[in-house]
Amino acid sequence: MPDKISEEKKIGVFVCHCGTNIGGLVDCEKLAEYSKTLPNVKYSEHNLYTCSETGLAAIKKAVQENDLNRVVVASCTPRTHEPLFRECIEEAGLNPYLFNFVNIRDQCTWVHMKDPEAAYEKSKDLIRMGVSKAEKLEELEKIIVEVNPSAMVIGGGVSGINCALSLNNQGFKTFLVEKDKELGGRLKELYQVFPSDKQASELLNELVAKVKEAKNLTVYTSSKLKSVNGFIGNYEIEIEQRNHNVNLNVGVIVVAVGATSYKPLSLFNYNSKNIITQLELENKLRDNQIEANDIVMIQCVGSRNADREYCSSICCMTALKNALIIKKREPNRNISILFRDLYTPGTIYEEYYRKAREAGVLFIKYTPDKQPIIDKSVVKVYNQYINSEISIPFDLVVLATPLIANNDNRELAQLLKVPLEENKFFLEAHVKLRPIDFATDGVYICGSAKWPADISESTTQGLAAASRAGTILSHKTIEVEGATAYIPDWNKDLCKGCEVCIKICPYNAIVKDENNEIQIIQALCKGCGTCASTCTKKAIVIRHFTNEQIISEILAFGGEKVA
Amino acid sequence: MSFEPKILGFLCNWCSYAGADLAGVSRIQYPPNIRVIRVMCSGRVDPEFIFDGFEAGIDGIIVMGCHPGDCHYLEGNYEAEKKFNMVEKLLSFVDMNERIRLEWVSASEGNRFAEIVTEFTDKIKELGPSPVKDPSKANVLLKNINALKMSAVSYRLRALVGRERALTEQENIYGEKVSLERFNDVFENAIFDEYVRNRIVLSLKEDTKSVKDLAIELNMDPSKILSHILILKGRSQVSMDKIVGITPLYISTLEE
Ligand code: FES
Repeated sequence: MPDKISEEKKIGVFVCHCGTNIGGLVDCEKLAEYSKTLPNVKYSEHNLYTCSETGLAAIKKAVQENDLNRVVVASCTPRTHEPLFRECIEEAGLNPYLFNFVNIRDQCTWVHMKDPEAAYEKSKDLIRMGVSKAEKLEELEKIIVEVNPSAMVIGGGVSGINCALSLNNQGFKTFLVEKDKELGGRLKELYQVFPSDKQASELLNELVAKVKEAKNLTVYTSSKLKSVNGFIGNYEIEIEQRNHNVNLNVGVIVVAVGATSYKPLSLFNYNSKNIITQLELENKLRDNQIEANDIVMIQCVGSRNADREYCSSICCMTALKNALIIKKREPNRNISILFRDLYTPGTIYEEYYRKAREAGVLFIKYTPDKQPIIDKSVVKVYNQYINSEISIPFDLVVLATPLIANNDNRELAQLLKVPLEENKFFLEAHVKLRPIDFATDGVYICGSAKWPADISESTTQGLAAASRAGTILSHKTIEVEGATAYIPDWNKDLCKGCEVCIKICPYNAIVKDENNEIQIIQALCKGCGTCASTCTKKAIVIRHFTNEQIISEILAFGGEKVA
Repeated sequence: MSFEPKILGFLCNWCSYAGADLAGVSRIQYPPNIRVIRVMCSGRVDPEFIFDGFEAGIDGIIVMGCHPGDCHYLEGNYEAEKKFNMVEKLLSFVDMNERIRLEWVSASEGNRFAEIVTEFTDKIKELGPSPVKDPSKANVLLKNINALKMSAVSYRLRALVGRERALTEQENIYGEKVSLERFNDVFENAIFDEYVRNRIVLSLKEDTKSVKDLAIELNMDPSKILSHILILKGRSQVSMDKIVGITPLYISTLEE
């Protein structure tokens, strides 16, 4: 056993109120007092926000004044705040791995709101478990890996192109991979975009011209991702372009695959002739072939219902924009917009609504339980303000359908090992704290791949992803997780060379060396721990998740062995 | 007071733990009995942990990982499933197999997480307190659980679980693979044999015994016991202590 184990453990416990999120339900002061009764705890306190400047300063002060060598914070989730606290104790002079997180918010006070008593008892147990693991924590070194200063952007729509251009401008070699024959994504299908009222083709041409000029940017069209290996800083990519494969090496990956327009095949007698989608209307506008005199637009077709609960966010503005284009060309045409709720956030978008009203567009609110009905040449809709059904004659019905997730998202998600949310859009690491990152380091997300986004939103996100990627690519080397598998010297004799671990390791990180001894290549190991729980002789140890650490948590909950 | 079970959850960092966090963010309420241990991957859950948990008086244990195909480390959840199956079989010998559960929960399934935890908690409430906490059973039961744990960490069973997917899913150099049924047959026998052998070892640790004594104690055929003894002697886990009359008495060489 290493010497560290024998050094005296001095644990500090910091209980966070998280405003009222935790403190509003359980007594944090009492939890801090309780913590002091636990073995090896030399110090404890409670803070309004442990993650605030003041909270972090309090940790540093306590570490220094009390000579603490382990820190436990009982607050929110390690998935968002562990890096912050690790950095904090590092600044206080401790190895960052001597920190342990206890989640008493997301998995306690937030989910047991009706039972404060039980939440308090659970918090005590969780702190006890966390302290017992902390006592067994060991110092670890981070692993340094080199960064390949290049990026792959998947998807050549608005967000992807903007992202790739920005990476190019930052001086990073960039590969833009598009599955279609041409760049542009949804932009190719549009006529005029809001809020600039610019022609979509003009915008696209500008972007494509910039792509052509870009020195560090290579475009692969008609190309699909085939395989991904490696990790942040060092990805090995295989893409399939028409019939041949191309291998790329990049440091980071950006997902900008956009979304698909939904075709309302069985809704509102959709026939793509006189009952069409907003997208099809864009084509007619471009070709200037709108003959209809009475136009009825129906909003929320196929969205905000039981199948698709979400609001697609772009359709209100699309309808307003298209209605205004028609009204501008031919002010005498009749346009009615049947809507459930109208979302026009901000002054500029709200302006569209005002202008549409001024231009004489009729707005009629309907409710989901009384859907408009298409009956030969009229649309019947219940008008709640006059409490009766009205019939609006039409030559053209335009359905506002949502953007839906691409049907190959799942395949891509599995290749990249990133999650999808319930509607199969890509799921970011944290909606507020890390909106452009995936939980996996070195992989980023932007545009409608994440959620239906309009042009300006897609552009913003594309640029944001490029700057997030830049924070990695601008470094020659980065530190990666040090919690890897290894065979400690004192376990070397245990290993009998059965090789089960070699076969089980998904990263080929385990090999037999020339002396016939098992070696675990640290830069390849990602610390999943499967080898350790499989090792026939229990020789392999997973740093930071050792058997002793996990078992101490189990026993701290269960109580020492019953026997 | 009604019975409030102690439930332990092992959650993988990338999907299930994130799903549990989402349940929190969405304020979905579920029973407060569960305490979570975060591991990076469900594949990290050593079978040993489950037995440690039951020895410590925990009433129910749930392991959660990413859905098949979604494991952040590619295939850790498949390995977790194999290990879980073994533990389930072992626990069935002491009638505790219903106290464990394996589930897949993704990062977006906050609802599903809460539902599973609620349902599992109800199930454990229905089963009642772990028999380990029953003083009239604890003695024998804990010894048997110890035998189960020794089996779960035995070279033979670990090697079999560790090789299961390679044996049954990939062909060997001769283009053959072992059918799942055949593997399961071999595996099931191995699991039972190891359990019996470890019970013998533990029993002989307390006292020297003859084959006949053991046959009565374990309620098994003496010839079966003898063949286990021979194997255990071969593994140097058991040796002959002395001969009384014409009956050899055996002792365990196991040291704590
Ligand atoms: S990371 Fe979730 S099961 Fe492997």
